[in-house]
Amino acid sequence: MTATAMAAFAATLLTAGAARAQEAMTLDERVNQIFAEITGPFVSFIFAPLYGTDFPWIVMWLVIAATVFTLYFGFVQFRYFGHSIRLVKGDYSDPDDAGEVSHFQALATALSGTVGLGNIAGVAVAVGIGGPGATFWMILAGLLGMASKFTECTLGVKYRNEYEDGTVSGGPMYYLSKGFRELGLPGGGVLAVLFSVFCILGSLGGGNMFQANQAHAQISGILGDYPGWITGLVFAFVVFLVIVGGIKSIARVTEKIVPFMGILYVGAALIILIVEYDKIGWAFGQIFEGAFSGLGVAGGLVGALIQGFKRAAFSNEAGVGSAAIAHSAVRTKEPITEGFVSLLEPLIDTVVICTMTALVITISGQLITDPQTGRFVLDEAGAAIATIDGNTGVALTSAAFATGISWFPYVLAVAVVLFAFSTMISWSYYGLKAWTYLFGEGKTKELIFKLIFCAFVVIGAAANLGPVIDFSDAAIFAMAVVNILGLYFLMKVVRQELRSYGRRLRSGEIVAYRT
Amino acid sequence: MTTRLVVGLDGHASGERALDFAVTQARLIGDCDLVVAYVIEWSPFSFHSAEENAQRHRRREEEISTVMSRVIDPAVNKLEKLGIKATGVVRHGDVADTLNAIAKQQKAAQIIVARSSEGGFSSRIFGSSTFNLVKGADLPVTVVQ
Repeated sequence: MTATAMAAFAATLLTAGAARAQEAMTLDERVNQIFAEITGPFVSFIFAPLYGTDFPWIVMWLVIAATVFTLYFGFVQFRYFGHSIRLVKGDYSDPDDAGEVSHFQALATALSGTVGLGNIAGVAVAVGIGGPGATFWMILAGLLGMASKFTECTLGVKYRNEYEDGTVSGGPMYYLSKGFRELGLPGGGVLAVLFSVFCILGSLGGGNMFQANQAHAQISGILGDYPGWITGLVFAFVVFLVIVGGIKSIARVTEKIVPFMGILYVGAALIILIVEYDKIGWAFGQIFEGAFSGLGVAGGLVGALIQGFKRAAFSNEAGVGSAAIAHSAVRTKEPITEGFVSLLEPLIDTVVICTMTALVITISGQLITDPQTGRFVLDEAGAAIATIDGNTGVALTSAAFATGISWFPYVLAVAVVLFAFSTMISWSYYGLKAWTYLFGEGKTKELIFKLIFCAFVVIGAAANLGPVIDFSDAAIFAMAVVNILGLYFLMKVVRQELRSYGRRLRSGEIVAYRT
Repeated sequence: MTTRLVVGLDGHASGERALDFAVTQARLIGDCDLVVAYVIEWSPFSFHSAEENAQRHRRREEEISTVMSRVIDPAVNKLEKLGIKATGVVRHGDVADTLNAIAKQQKAAQIIVARSSEGGFSSRIFGSSTFNLVKGADLPVTVVQ
């Protein structure tokens, strides 16, 4: 081929590429528009404010439930905290059961579905809108949420299905139907079906599209802007290989790297906090002051509270019911032990990791304050706090970490992509369990869901963040509506288990295999 | 009183050497029975996907069944043909810790294993199972070449 011919060929390729890019932008916009129109009414209902206030009823629903469970079980999250740690360490695990899923493994699996973008992007959104004060409410919501997690995961194990081939299926759809039937209550089947529908939507929304969307934002932030559907196709292909192709090596590598990334993230935050130790006291001052005054954020105290509660719920998923699906794989003679283990999730996810992110953002000085009044300066729209360079979401967290460790944004970008992938794999399983509950077990039925899941990866990466994040939150919170309603009826079953276990633990009937 | 020896098998020739040595020892002792043990390397602190967890019980049963049919049952049959009383055990866990635990539970007099077939980078860093067993065992260990 001559040089002229090569140049002509290259020019043709470039022209074709540009034309495709033009089409792609149109496709992205079209997907976004259609998506927003379809999901709008659903999102509006879920986030409708309580009459006469700005407070979304769904946030109140979650917080009241967490408070009720905390009181009903006598602050179980604090009374049994030490015991929970011993269970995770394996002190109470029968050596004859070695090789079964351990408490640690169930906890790690459930955490891999929750630790991720909620801790990085979600916290930045909460602090960016609600100010440092949102952190206080986030921590409170996390501590209360431990009781919700305890309740749902205990029931998840107690009422799971064990099949003849040795596999298990569990989660809210099983305890709603079986638990209600056992108590002679009507409506369990309807709630189970409703939960399954919302779980499928949640898995396609927060567990898939939001992840793909944020992963694309990270990658395009490094490589330069390009159509989202390209990232979507690549991600969909890899997800396809894992969940349809059964290529476990990819999932295994991710499972090894994700915890490492989590440790790296917490380690980096700790380093920054140690270096800036003199500002930690001030940062906590901002958190407490902001929690009760708002420090000038949009909506004041209520604005900080809503953001804190909202992001905590989205991050740790307490009351949502997803963790109950993951935890139900543990074969234990005492379902309540899995409840004890699961209550550590909101603590690790929200109280520790989210708080660290919030502290780093607060200390970094990325949020602009008025030097005269010390109050936050709002952006042009008046909805969020103005930030240096106008960063929001992951970009805000990234910029905050960069003030302490200049190269960390690159590590964070990799971490976000891996977290997104790992969350997708976890949620593909949650969605699949809901799907098989509705349509029955079977290879073809499972394949249909998995293909739909892969298709939504592409849609999520191509759509704009606004409609995606709204739909993600709405779908996941809709799961909580049904799940918590069921938990109110079933919590007496958990209390019986708790009392029986506590009595036997105190009497020495339940003994540790390791001291 | 019957003397009990625990023999660690690994499904390879090295395990066979340990078994042969144990047979010799049992004959010399006279009133002696053997426990042939196979430990499937497993850690409760490893990471799995939700789907793997859901299938874990089935896989565990399959793993135990495979080891029983391919390693333990042939070894027990061989010993019985030689007139030595023997039982088999399959467990999951850390090889060294679990062999030690089995031996203690069985009130064995000693553990017999062959020199490890492990090598490479990991054994240099973490030590081989045999080395770890010798280092941490609560009862005498014989390592066969």
